Amino acid sequence: MIRSRVIFSSLVAVLLLVILASPALATGEAVKAFTGNKFIELTLFNAVFLFIVGFIGGMVSGFIGSGGAFVLTPAMMSIGVPGLVAVASNMCHKFPKALVGAIKRHKYGQVDVKLGLTLGVSASVGVKIGIIVQQYIQRMWGEAGSNLYVSFAFLVILLTVGSYVFYDAWKSKKNPGPERISRLALALQKINIPPMMNFKTAGLRISMWITIPVGLATGLLAATIAVGGFVGVPGMIYIIGATSLVASATELVIAFIMGLVGSTEWALVGNIDIRLTLMILAGSLLGIQIGAVGTTYVKEHMIKVVMGTIMLIVAFSRGFAIPKYTNQLGLTHFADNLIPTFSNISFYIMVFALTLGAIIIGGSLAKAMRKKPAEERDRTISLETAVN
Amino acid sequence: MAKTTGKPAKKPYAKALLFGVLSLALYIAVFANEVFVRSTWAKGGVYAILPIVTVFVFSFVHGTFADSLMSSLGIVAKKKK
Repeated sequence: MIRSRVIFSSLVAVLLLVILASPALATGEAVKAFTGNKFIELTLFNAVFLFIVGFIGGMVSGFIGSGGAFVLTPAMMSIGVPGLVAVASNMCHKFPKALVGAIKRHKYGQVDVKLGLTLGVSASVGVKIGIIVQQYIQRMWGEAGSNLYVSFAFLVILLTVGSYVFYDAWKSKKNPGPERISRLALALQKINIPPMMNFKTAGLRISMWITIPVGLATGLLAATIAVGGFVGVPGMIYIIGATSLVASATELVIAFIMGLVGSTEWALVGNIDIRLTLMILAGSLLGIQIGAVGTTYVKEHMIKVVMGTIMLIVAFSRGFAIPKYTNQLGLTHFADNLIPTFSNISFYIMVFALTLGAIIIGGSLAKAMRKKPAEERDRTISLETAVN
Repeated sequence: MAKTTGKPAKKPYAKALLFGVLSLALYIAVFANEVFVRSTWAKGGVYAILPIVTVFVFSFVHGTFADSLMSSLGIVAKKKK
């Protein structure tokens, strides 16, 4: 009787979330059609540029579960793609990339599909809330106010969460051994509010009501800065209690759900330039393979190192974007000729963050793979010695 | 985690070649008809199905190629001891 009541209440709760999520626009901003000329001339240089950025972004996504999107939209805009087309085309490459990455990491036993689907639904609702907040700010303080809010969200969230992730990675490096579950997650797992959910791959049992705020926050951040994983992955690690390996892999399922919903919305208004999407996809599907394979070689704290590093550098880069908006609001009076320089610095620091992430992943993987044959040779020698 | 098979896995050269050619053919098909594709795929409304189906097809073909290519190059998951 109790069991059926719990199942019923779970189904009602899930149905409610799905109904709420259905109109969610997982795009980060209100979906509107672009009316001007949306197609740039795709030169060889542009195509190669998109392929390379896609490859690097794919590597980082395969490793930490997200990333790349924050560079791709401004990168596309830098070659002349209109903003709305860049956002749409970027999102349309994100969900198939996340799907391929999720399948790959599922083969390694790292993806908790149930956790991903549960968080994906509440994240879609979070996106909707994020858009409402954005629209309210835009009505009250205009475009500059909205951009300032986004930049502050970037700064505050990435600095606090990024610093903690980095500190935790440093602690794990100093105390090697199996990854410890945070005290907060252990305490939350003890709260028994039905429906309780079992997540087999993550190896934990937690109330559905604890998962909802994590999903909502992921969606809210996705709607604000287009990278929900910067909250989703730490949320799964420190609040739900999953390991960084499972959290970063499961984030790909959430990214797939949010990306599919968002891409459909953008496709309906015709903003996707499929040529750009396919060029990025060509690079990112290769990159994501390397990132995913990398997770099986490196120590778990490396996922936190890469994530924390990227988050902190991106936060720093956003600091350079703020003067433009504070100037527009009349809060500061920087010289007008300095503003484009600040914007360029901000963009190049973001590119640096992503490239550094890819270098750490590639370097760690190459080092671990070089070590592997040596270890195998040593094992063979010691076996031969034992036999003789 | 990755499964242990005992003996080293055969490298999927043929699969990589097959899906590589298929992937290349798909890219050539799109870019040879660039003007038609870019505008039809961005018409919106019912045409929204085109970009969504296209990325699924590309992610399958190009994703399989990428996977086989990495395996052929020896970039494979670490086996669990």
